[in-house]
Amino acid sequence: MTTFDLETQDLRALNAALHKLPLAGSNQAFRVLNPNGEHSIAVGVDADVEITIDGPVGYFCGGMCRQARITIEGNAGQGVGENMESGLIHVKGDASQSAGATGRGGLLLIEGNASARCGISMKGVDIVVKGDIGHLSGFMAQTGRMVVFGEAGESLGDSLYEARLYVRGPVTSLGADCIAKEMRDEHRAELYDLLKAAGEAGKIDVGDFTRYGSARTLYNFHVDNAGAY
Amino acid sequence: MTEHSSAFQTLPRKSATFDDYTLSEIRRAAATGIYDIRGGGTKRKVPHFDDLLFLGASMSRYPLEGYRERCGTEVVLGTRFAKKPIELRIPITIAGMSFGALSAQAKEALGRGASIAGTSTTTGDGGMTPEERGQSQTLVYQYLPSRYGMNLRDLKKADAIEIVVGQGAKPGGGGMLLGQKISDRVAEMRSLPKGIDQRSACRHPDWTGADDLELKILELREITDWEKPIYLKIGASRPYYDTALAVKTGADVIVLDGMQGGTAATQDVFIEHVGIPILSAIRPAVQALQDLGMHRKVQLIVSGGIRNGADVAKALALGADAVSIGTAAMVALGDNDPKWEAEYQALGATAGAYDDWHEGLDPAGITTQDPALSARLDPVAAGRRLANYLSVMTLEAQTIARACGKSHVHNLEPEDLCALTLEAAAMAGVPLAGTGWIPGRNGF
Repeated sequence: MTTFDLETQDLRALNAALHKLPLAGSNQAFRVLNPNGEHSIAVGVDADVEITIDGPVGYFCGGMCRQARITIEGNAGQGVGENMESGLIHVKGDASQSAGATGRGGLLLIEGNASARCGISMKGVDIVVKGDIGHLSGFMAQTGRMVVFGEAGESLGDSLYEARLYVRGPVTSLGADCIAKEMRDEHRAELYDLLKAAGEAGKIDVGDFTRYGSARTLYNFHVDNAGAY
Repeated sequence: MTEHSSAFQTLPRKSATFDDYTLSEIRRAAATGIYDIRGGGTKRKVPHFDDLLFLGASMSRYPLEGYRERCGTEVVLGTRFAKKPIELRIPITIAGMSFGALSAQAKEALGRGASIAGTSTTTGDGGMTPEERGQSQTLVYQYLPSRYGMNLRDLKKADAIEIVVGQGAKPGGGGMLLGQKISDRVAEMRSLPKGIDQRSACRHPDWTGADDLELKILELREITDWEKPIYLKIGASRPYYDTALAVKTGADVIVLDGMQGGTAATQDVFIEHVGIPILSAIRPAVQALQDLGMHRKVQLIVSGGIRNGADVAKALALGADAVSIGTAAMVALGDNDPKWEAEYQALGATAGAYDDWHEGLDPAGITTQDPALSARLDPVAAGRRLANYLSVMTLEAQTIARACGKSHVHNLEPEDLCALTLEAAAMAGVPLAGTGWIPGRNGF
């Protein structure tokens, strides 16, 4: 276990140490003390490493990471896990806006609520939010899955592509081209796996969720759709 | 009709306001119900570098000997914060153009040509291809709102990062790659199904405004261990304030693109009516850098309608550190070549006017993903043409710089210039030819 105390050591030293880890087989653990809302903690990490952050983080924590498993023992600022490619980011508190933006893979697990634009432009990441999500979440989401235990704000899944959204609570409104879809067996199985990854399988009924996806009516520009946006 | 009356009949007169093109566009809009989408930059005549002249050396200035006395052209970009600044032999870079908008062969050719000439190429909205990375000695990786193809390992392979806030053809606009250009490979790189329109967002998904951008730049520096220069590309619209804000966000290099700069595709009305000419944007941007004490410390690259060494020299004389070319580079590769005239005609265009790049039917094989059309472009030969063209531009800029007595193209200055028109004099902040008058500067 390597410990970094951001009260006495600087962010650069922490990220530099994380970047020095080999691409494979490092199997190390890092603990970050006193993050105090610092931005860009543990960004661009590409190693098999466990990182525990003992408190709230600022913008872009875990941004562009591969492989790393990051636990944030507190709230996360804007863009947590942006463009993450694999691994896990576990936020024990709430997340600010644009959580998991453009994420390409891995799992972003948020115990609390996520703010606006959760999963915006997501490209393969899985996002599980145990609380609510804010407006314009899943905007232009391309692929990947998002699971929300609570409510979703306005314009969910606006201009959605192929991402699949599962929401248990009410949705304030759906965005352009986003519709509720039938839950078939493969979707129930997929959702069960995601709940399992989030440690909630068996505790929550997959039947309580509604699946949302793209109606695919805006996939190719047509003048008659101009008013739909 | 009598012979008498016909002798005094006036000639048919067309309206200057409702000219033939305007009439055809009204008819086209009425017939289709869709606005015109096209590639390229503004086609209308706007004040440009042609409206400036160099004064050269005479009684009070000494010229340098052509072909004998040294006139440097090298430029270093990213000296503010980056541990590994970009060093180029010439002050002309290749602008961002995406794989998707351009064929893989065209991207490879750009890389080949730029590398021979000692300059950089830039990716685009679609990620980094191995062809491009392999052939580009210095590659700038664009960081765009869509983040298509953006990933950590490619980021680490890049020599510099260019955060795109906007571009001159469409400040405030995103883009759309229409379904017909989405091949399997393009679809795979952009994580979207084949054949559907791919919208490139106009705003970044995880930051808004300059305060956020400062944190985004910090993140990218941390990810890349403060090694790579970070450029910020903006479309010319409010150059003084945008430049000042760009400095504030911590950028190493500012790329300022005027309305003549091309795009792969957007609405014609956007291209022609949003943004300002590059001529009018350079001085305010340089002024902002000077006011902040950052001129030459944060480097300025300008683009939009750069065609020859005179344009390069004029941009540098106005205070830019380098220029960037896109449209001109495509022409050097073979875009709009008259040898394809019959095919341009079949597409309803003519060589020199073909701009339906979004349709993917480019006879020259550059703005297409069609395998047969793409195969028309030989990347090695096209790369050589680009290298030749870059060499000519550089020699031309040196010729002018020597005539002005400068031992480096960066020593060119506004005092070497005069303007042919009042507009250019006001925009470029140089006197009207034969006078000492700079409109707006000395009491008028």
